[in-house]
Amino acid sequence: MPAFASHYTYWITVLLMAAGLYIVVARGNLVKKLIGLSIFQTSVYLLYIAPGKLIGGTAPILSEAFKVYSNPLPHVLILTAIVVGIATLALGLAIVVRIREAYGSIEEDEIVAADRDAGDRE
Amino acid sequence: MMVVTVVAIVLQRNLFSVVVLAGVYSFLMATVLVALDAVDVAMTEASVGAGISTVLLLGALYLCGGEEAKPLSRPWLPLAVALVIVGALVYGTLGLPAFSDPQAPIHTHVVPRYLGQALAETGVPNVVTAVLASYRGYDTLGETVVVFTAGIGVIALLRRLRRKGEPR
Amino acid sequence: MKREPVLRVVGKLLIPYMLMFALYVQFHGDFGPGGGFQAGVITAAAVIFYALIFGLPAARRLVPEALVETMVAAGAFLYMAVGFAGLVLGGNYLDYFVLDPDPVAGQHRGIFWVEIGVLVTVSGVMLKIFYMFAGRGRAV
Repeated sequence: MPAFASHYTYWITVLLMAAGLYIVVARGNLVKKLIGLSIFQTSVYLLYIAPGKLIGGTAPILSEAFKVYSNPLPHVLILTAIVVGIATLALGLAIVVRIREAYGSIEEDEIVAADRDAGDRE
Repeated sequence: MMVVTVVAIVLQRNLFSVVVLAGVYSFLMATVLVALDAVDVAMTEASVGAGISTVLLLGALYLCGGEEAKPLSRPWLPLAVALVIVGALVYGTLGLPAFSDPQAPIHTHVVPRYLGQALAETGVPNVVTAVLASYRGYDTLGETVVVFTAGIGVIALLRRLRRKGEPR
Repeated sequence: MKREPVLRVVGKLLIPYMLMFALYVQFHGDFGPGGGFQAGVITAAAVIFYALIFGLPAARRLVPEALVETMVAAGAFLYMAVGFAGLVLGGNYLDYFVLDPDPVAGQHRGIFWVEIGVLVTVSGVMLKIFYMFAGRGRAV
């Protein structure tokens, strides 16, 4: 079908996004959840950059030899997004380390059970 | 190939191999980005995703322990939710412009001005740097402040306070 | 790891090149892919590589904690100072074209200093985060 060739990149993006979302929701290990979140973020980068590409164009660095350039605007936005993404990952990992030291585990089920037990005892 | 890597990440339970696979995934993403002409982004994604991210994840794994527990119940509801979302998003993407359509709105509003005027106004051939540092300098200021905040956040979370009188 | 001769030799060969490459990426951000963020991450990676091979105390002697903490703040401060320079010299905040009699040269200067600010902050933060993660003992 004609839609396949022209929309293929979007569908790959959607698959990656769903995989990232599934990891965040369905897995209990906190570090794995953070990795799922970063997969979700990278799929969004793909979503933004893919429409900017012009077949036959080149990287947006102005030069005499080329006439057609791919769109530079999504590149700028995604550059910022990548850096903010690692900032989030670093902070998330720091929180996970503290949780491990406080609860002794990084599995969501065990942490919720420990909280519930502490609440029952009070 | 990226989809295969991601499926492997979902199913693997040894966290060390998950971290290595995440590095592989980042590297593949950087390659795809080069194919899409996004060279600045590819360089950043490669250095950040396959470099720093992997180092931080390994550091966290060392401090936390490296095996994921077996899930107690089969997660059918999240799988169903994910599949429904896939269906809805695929239906939504059918309305988007086709890949590499020069008439798409993304190419026709502000970008011709940036591409045309960047060399004359800033003298910098790399349009991405010109837009990042000059035309959209405020956003880059915000981003630098975000990185700074992440740094002080990690310092606040992870430092060990010495109580007065304790030996060093 | 510092007993391994292969790692030590390869490390000593590679780390200067990594730092050179980081500076290259920084200053050639105008003409090719690159710029402050990539250069900052590569600089931090070079020092992390040194720390992995020669041990954290050696890296702490090379790049002390106080220096890294200063770098974290100094870069953001530099960026804002460039903005204020634009304000003081007659334009709006973060205007570059007032920094020099020739507006295009002013843009060059503004972009140069702003990218250096970004480099310093990004490399400082990445390195500081690594120090904090690696220096913390494991709780049982």
